[in-house]
This record gives sequence, structure tokens and C-alpha cells, in this order.
Amino acid sequence: MALPELTGGELAARLTAALPDTVAGYDATAVWVHPAGLAAAAAWLKADPELDLQFLNSVSAVDFVEHFDLVYHLTSLRRRHTAVMKARLYGREELAAPSVYGVWRGADFQEREIWDLMGVRFDGHPNMKRIMLWEGFDGHPLRKDFL
Amino acid sequence: MTLRTEPMTVNVGPQHPSTHGVFRVRVTFDGEEIVEVEPVFGYLHRGTEKLAEERNYVQVVTLTDRLDYTSSMINNQAYCLAVEQLLEVEPPPRGKYLRTLTAELQRIASHLIAVGFFVQELGALGTPLMYSFRSRERILELFEMLCGARITVSYMRPGGVFADAPPEFWPALERFLTDFAGEFAEIEQLLLENEILMMRTRGVSPLPADVAVNCSVSGPVLRASGVAWDWRKEEPYDAYDRMEFEVPVGVNGDNYDRFWVRMQEIHQSLRIVRQCIEQIEPGPVRLDLPLVLRPEAGREAYGRVEASKGELGFYLVSDGGVAPYRCKIRSPSLINLTITEQLLVGWKLADMIVSLGSVDINMGEVDR
Repeated sequence: MALPELTGGELAARLTAALPDTVAGYDATAVWVHPAGLAAAAAWLKADPELDLQFLNSVSAVDFVEHFDLVYHLTSLRRRHTAVMKARLYGREELAAPSVYGVWRGADFQEREIWDLMGVRFDGHPNMKRIMLWEGFDGHPLRKDFL
Repeated sequence: MTLRTEPMTVNVGPQHPSTHGVFRVRVTFDGEEIVEVEPVFGYLHRGTEKLAEERNYVQVVTLTDRLDYTSSMINNQAYCLAVEQLLEVEPPPRGKYLRTLTAELQRIASHLIAVGFFVQELGALGTPLMYSFRSRERILELFEMLCGARITVSYMRPGGVFADAPPEFWPALERFLTDFAGEFAEIEQLLLENEILMMRTRGVSPLPADVAVNCSVSGPVLRASGVAWDWRKEEPYDAYDRMEFEVPVGVNGDNYDRFWVRMQEIHQSLRIVRQCIEQIEPGPVRLDLPLVLRPEAGREAYGRVEASKGELGFYLVSDGGVAPYRCKIRSPSLINLTITEQLLVGWKLADMIVSLGSVDINMGEVDR
């Protein structure tokens, strides 16, 4: 018995109306945004009174070899619903996405962890350095080609 | 004349006895006052997420024990729920009740540690900690009856639990509940309105609700700040939809409230355990699933529970193989530490360890 989950289509329609050109697509469970528009979309999802997604549950990165997916699980504590936002990054070198640190402070350690273990840098994060491993460690161990 | 002062940076940990494991903070003091804090992680990093990609879905259960080793049962439960979401299956009712029952016993054990160490860090060396360990030991003995292990239980499986409780478990559980009522009353009498404890913790390091939410804080720390949010209520998994219990909420979000919320939650957990005993009925405890699970390719699931420290989530992605393609662990201990700065800056050295203790972190889960 999960909380009602906002569908990707619903989120996409609302986001497109407010911020044209940020939405890259949607599927049944998630809205896909262009990486460049991540921070703007995040700020809007939090600020919109009907979506009201003020709680960031988790930020995950998945290495699909041809591309990386960033997955944001969100919850509204007042409206009691959940939502998922995703972004896809192509390539393997010099990967970067805008940080949502300014919107949800809870992304702080998780974004650092993604940089450390997956090698996706977050622009605008005030303390973007490795968290689990030491500075100078070679490579990003959670990548599929690391081991 | 003003005295010239100079900030001093002190390293606390990773071998400090009261940092709950190998946690390290670099603290800058101005006299006795904290002006800057920087937590440093990674001393217990074992790469659990990477290891999970090399094991099949059932084997990963053993890895989850070693995350927050004071609440292994709840870790098992979170992971199993995520796998069940991937497979779109549900355990049989008896399996659900056994999972709820053991998870609540584990929550009591974990909160007892949290409370015991919290008071120890206030300077009450030994006594309250030994009192809470006395009761926790009894819970671990019950777990030993269920699965042969005390800490690294691996009792749950995708689709239920691995074996039914032996017949001698139920009378032992009754004996524990009877004894624990008295033992916990003793702990409460010693601590709950203890004058020294209240003077040291009331009003210290308050955490406003909006900061807590913005920092993604969860569990007792969030509820102490006045936000009544409990995943057992919001998304009743396993048998929680049939349980009656309350969600204790604090007012000020200070160190005392965080301690108080945990004490109250032990009462609620006991209520749930009682209801499980009353409602449980004979039947199978586990679904007949293949030993090697292969969820459909491209499926993903985010399974979460209200663990003793907060929201524990497993984000699993399947590529159709025998092992999870990606197993991300949303660890409450790590994310609750986002508020370290908020809690410590501006407060005195003497309150530092107490405030960290009130967050109740577990390094196995912080570093994973």
C-alpha cells in the first residue's frame, strides 16, 4: 500500500507548462528532464504548491555503459504523494550535471558519493570532493568498467 | 582591553570511543565554542553496493545484515521488500507477521543501544548502558532461537522468512515481554525525568522542522522536530496495516526530544509485538520462489522501510540477470548527518558528543 505516486505523464505536462524545454520525456513512473535543466526543474517541483515535493528521499546514479541515469526519489510530506525524476547523461568522460544542493540540502552527501563512486560531477555543489575514498584515488569503483 | 583569540582545529575520531564507530569530525573551536565542523567518512567503506552486483538476489540478504549491524532484521526487511516489488510478489500472511514481529523486536534492541549510549555520553558511565544491554541481550537470544545468529541474522528472504519460529520461541517471547515491562520501567524511572539529563539536554542543539525536512532527515530525529512522518503509517508494508500504534512526536527537536521519542517508540514497538502475537495464524512462512531469482529486465524498484534510524531504502535495477544490476542503498545514518553543522556550530565542546549521540548513527550504514 504505497502512497499515491505521481505518474510521469502528469509531471511532464505540469513541468512543460511551467518550464518549457526542460522535459525530455516521460514513462509510467518517472519524468525525464534534460540534465541542463535539472536544478531548475527541481526548484519548481519543490515550489509548486500542488506538487510540493519538499523531501528528497534519495539520489541514485546507474551506469548503463552507454549512458548514466540520475534518479531522484521525491516525497511531499504535506500532500502525501511521491514522484520520481530522472535525467540521462551520455558519454563516460567529464560527466557533469547541475547540483540540486540549493533546492534540497539532503542531496549534499549523496551527490558527493555519486562523484566519488560513479564519476558524475555536480556543478554548483559547494564541497564537491570524494566522500568515501581518499583524494587521489584512481577511478570510480561503482562504474561497470572498473572491475 | 579585548583578548586576542585564535581558532583551534581539533580532530575527533576515527578512533574516539564515543563516536559510535569509526566516525571522524574535524572541529574548529573558538575557545570552547564550535565554529566549524567537517565530518569525514569512509573508514568503514566496504563497497556493499558493488558487492551486491556480484551476488544473486538471495545472497545479497547477508550483505544487508552488515549495514546497520544493530538493526539487521530491519535491513533484511527493506531489501526483501524491494526484491518483492521487482518480482511483484507478496509473502504469505504468517511470513508478514513474523517479519513485523522481528523488525519491532529489533527496533527495541536498536533504540536501547541508542538510549544507553546517549546517556553514557552524558557522563552516566556504565549503569544505564548495562541496563539496556541486559534487555537487548534477551532479544538477541530470541533471534538466536529463530535463525541461529544474534547479530548477522539473515532471517528474511524475498517472499517471507527462511523458517518458521520453533515452538519454544513463543513461550520465550512471552517471558521476555513480561520481564522487559519491569526492566524498561526501571530504565524509564532512572532516565526519563532525570534532572541532570534534562538540564544537559533540554534546549541543546534544537533542529527546526523545516531544516530537518530540507536536509532529508528521517526517523526519530525528524519526528523529534515535530514532523509526524513514519513510513510504517504512510506506506504500511508487511503486517503494519493491521497494527494499531501511535507516532510519538517531539516539540523542540532538541537533544532531549530525540531521546524522548526513542523511549516512546519502544512502548509502541511493544504494542505492535503484542498485536502480532495475538493475530498470527498458522500457515506457510515463505513463498515457493526459485532459488535463483531473475526479475524481468528493465524493471526497477525502490523498497523502503522505517528503520530504527530513519528511512532505509533499496533502489534495485534489474537487467534480467541473476544479480541486481544496481543496488543503491539509501542509508538513513549517512543522510541524517547532513545536519551535523546545524547541530554543533555555536554549541560548546561538552555538548558535541551528546548531540552526535542524539542523532544515533551507525558507521556500518554510513560508510556501507
